[in-house]
Amino acid sequence: MIALLLRDLKLALRAGGGFGLGLAFFLIVTVMVPFSVGPQSELLARIAPGVLWLGALLACLLSLDRLLALDWEDGSLDLLATAPLPLESTVTIKALAHWITTGLPLVMAAPVLGVLLNLPAAGFQWLVISLLLGTPALSVIGTFGAALTVGLKRGGLLMSLLVMPLYVPTLIFGSEVARRGAEGMAVQTPLLLLAGISAASIALLPFASAAVLRVNLR
Amino acid sequence: MTLTVTDLSVARGGIPVLEGLSFSLASGKALILRGPNGIGKTTLLRTVAGLQPPLRGQVEGAEDQIAYAAHSDGLKPTLTVAENLTFWASVFGRNGIEQALDGFDLQTLRDRQAGALSAGQKRRLGLSRMLVTGRPVWIMDEPTVSLDTASVAMFANAVRAHLGQGGSALIATHIDLGLEAEVLDVGPYKAKPPEIDDFDGDFL
Repeated sequence: MIALLLRDLKLALRAGGGFGLGLAFFLIVTVMVPFSVGPQSELLARIAPGVLWLGALLACLLSLDRLLALDWEDGSLDLLATAPLPLESTVTIKALAHWITTGLPLVMAAPVLGVLLNLPAAGFQWLVISLLLGTPALSVIGTFGAALTVGLKRGGLLMSLLVMPLYVPTLIFGSEVARRGAEGMAVQTPLLLLAGISAASIALLPFASAAVLRVNLR
Repeated sequence: MTLTVTDLSVARGGIPVLEGLSFSLASGKALILRGPNGIGKTTLLRTVAGLQPPLRGQVEGAEDQIAYAAHSDGLKPTLTVAENLTFWASVFGRNGIEQALDGFDLQTLRDRQAGALSAGQKRRLGLSRMLVTGRPVWIMDEPTVSLDTASVAMFANAVRAHLGQGGSALIATHIDLGLEAEVLDVGPYKAKPPEIDDFDGDFL
């Protein structure tokens, strides 16, 4: 299992691995928001938590189509399916590697980009906490979407259409935590719901991903 | 360790391709599958490897015993030859790739990126993966594609050594590997088209 994780991290860092693509996309989206809504700082401060969450979500989505598709194309997925590793743990490790290479950098970049959007000082810690809790769910749900569309040529768009609705609860509660935090309100309820969504996704979705992967490998 | 296949029927895309197939593969033996293109050799091998469920019949003795080599080698172009092999070795809980590198004459290429190898060299690397799995039953689909004569001999030697250690091999191939192996022509097992039985007597 460790070997698979290390291999995926190594592949992400090597040429063409796509590490940093999501991060660069996040940066560009956030920088473009003031261009499109205008430079009023009160307006930016109000929409900052939502924009940052949406940007992080889209950046996460962008890198999903290489999560399983590359392994499927070169035959590794067939070989991994016949290896001693259960498919459930294979997809869990893949989701973890995706989170480390995409989700974690987004969490770390978010406060910096918050400055660009004039995020109120109280909001920074809740933004980071909400992203830290929410991005694992994004990776796990995304792995499920990638497993559903593996084997389809150029299935990236279809995957986005399948995954986006599944991201809705995470987005609602994640950005609600960040918004309430920025406005100095109590965050406990949305925070607990966000944590619940993440915990449930991580616990249940690997089984679903492995099951659809088995069907798609036939 | 014997691999036993009883009355197996396999389907591809929902259409039965082979039916009523039975054979057994004892340790130290090799079985060569032959048959024209499209007859269902790959489907049969994938079913035996457990990648797809059989339509009917049973496969026994395959679980956690097989190493499967398909048309594509499962190599990562940005990893080196040694890194690719080390990865597969550790997935199968083993270490030591030297024997595999020696067996397929890959020592001089060990630090080359797999993406920079020729088609034949890639295939040799893909085949050397079988040596690091430590699994007793090798299931191989057209293993000699894009190999030159010397490499085919190298491959035949590796299979012979594997059989000598009590392993077994199920190989779909069209060329003569020079192995003392049983040959199974799957042609006669071609699935008959299903009888059309949608005549509704009540209609009369």
